[in-house]
Amino acid sequence: MESGIKHEDIVEATISAIQRAETELPDDVVACLENAEQRESNEIARSHLKAILKNTGIARRHSVPICQDTGIIILFVEIGRKISPLPDIEQALIEGVRKATSAVPLRPNAVHPLTRINSADNTGDGLPDIKYYFNDSEELRITAVPKGAGSENMSILKMLNPTEGHSIDRLVLETIRDAGGKPCPPVILGIGVGGSFDKAALLAKSALLEQVNDMDEKEHALLKKVNSLGVGPMGTGGDTTALAVHIRTAHCHTASLPLAINIQCWANRHATAVVGGDGKWNII
Amino acid sequence: MEYHLKTPLSIEDIESLRIGDVVYISGNVFTGRDEAHTRILETPLDNMPVDLEGAAIYHCGPLMQEKQSGIWVPVAAGPTTSARMSAMTPQLLEKHNVRMLIGKGGMDNVADSMKGKCVYLAYTGGCAALAVNSITKVCDVHWLDLGMPEAVWVLEMDEFGPLIVGIDTEGEDLFWNIREKVNENLEKALR
Repeated sequence: MESGIKHEDIVEATISAIQRAETELPDDVVACLENAEQRESNEIARSHLKAILKNTGIARRHSVPICQDTGIIILFVEIGRKISPLPDIEQALIEGVRKATSAVPLRPNAVHPLTRINSADNTGDGLPDIKYYFNDSEELRITAVPKGAGSENMSILKMLNPTEGHSIDRLVLETIRDAGGKPCPPVILGIGVGGSFDKAALLAKSALLEQVNDMDEKEHALLKKVNSLGVGPMGTGGDTTALAVHIRTAHCHTASLPLAINIQCWANRHATAVVGGDGKWNII
Repeated sequence: MEYHLKTPLSIEDIESLRIGDVVYISGNVFTGRDEAHTRILETPLDNMPVDLEGAAIYHCGPLMQEKQSGIWVPVAAGPTTSARMSAMTPQLLEKHNVRMLIGKGGMDNVADSMKGKCVYLAYTGGCAALAVNSITKVCDVHWLDLGMPEAVWVLEMDEFGPLIVGIDTEGEDLFWNIREKVNENLEKALR
């Protein structure tokens, strides 16, 4: 059976996923922020959380970006093995980002690393940053993740000695202390342990896509320690430094212990377009 | 305490502000971030396109939409991470009588250079749609060759806030005080 997924379907689905991600904060994140605002004991902290919730409401109602830093666009793409023939997905995704830049609109953020010349359409060498995965369906899933620089700049990657596993908690707390208000707390922490230099970073980044409250005991315990620091929303003190901690692990070389801590600001933006075998798509 | 101030600012306007106070600002505000700071420092006073005497500089790279040639509408205009401008700020304050910096997240090692001269105010990071509500007009843009985020935008603002005083003219730094407490809490958390 011939696949009905056309180039234009992918372009349009990409634009819609980016539009949704940029303007509507996922419900689980909003609920988590509302809870935090109820529990927060620090007055300045509460005023920050109130402003955040107000801002999120305005962005959703008027369909405008939550933050002026509309990020660089990261796309997690799952390709169904049963899609046949497979259209040129990559060119369609890039076109989607280019068109979303004027349609949403997005701030043009992509620059050459050394000349700093702005490409003006959020594309460039290696941008959008596309990560491909496969599944057994006949669907194409495009998850748009706009990543802002404030939180990304505070993230770290360290190659620990294999015997230093006990120091992971300390490194996480020191990273949060050093980041202070810069990454726009309350943050969400994606932590990648193991794998390789680059694999640890990808584990950490993909951990940010988990349901915010879906944490195990270990993650809850680390979250409690992070929140005991008192950095607070925007670094002006308070009980709410982080909303969640998500840890992902992978086997690694016996001689190494890679650790990546990817910091995500409160605006944990992401949305997924599911393109069916018939080319029709919807946003989940 | 809560203050409602208007630009351009005099030293008297800002000297009674103390860390933790809340400020709402009205009048013209200039955006300026990394590349604009570099260019301000390179540009002779006679060639400056804006007068920074008594100015409020907003660490912000707004998202603007050009409705027709030269007519800009703000879409999103929240603060950027101020610490990136820390190293250039003492030189900026030597050269120009800027009275107020607005941004987010605090600044590193600038409190001394701000004593008796300038205050740093923090807005809630990420609140870009909310900030747009306070912009009554995009008056002008300079140095657009630096790109939309890095250009200097002249924004007319009405009651922009709440802004939290982060560094005052006595050199007190709210973010530094919090960091000291965080250091103590960190050791307790690991015990």
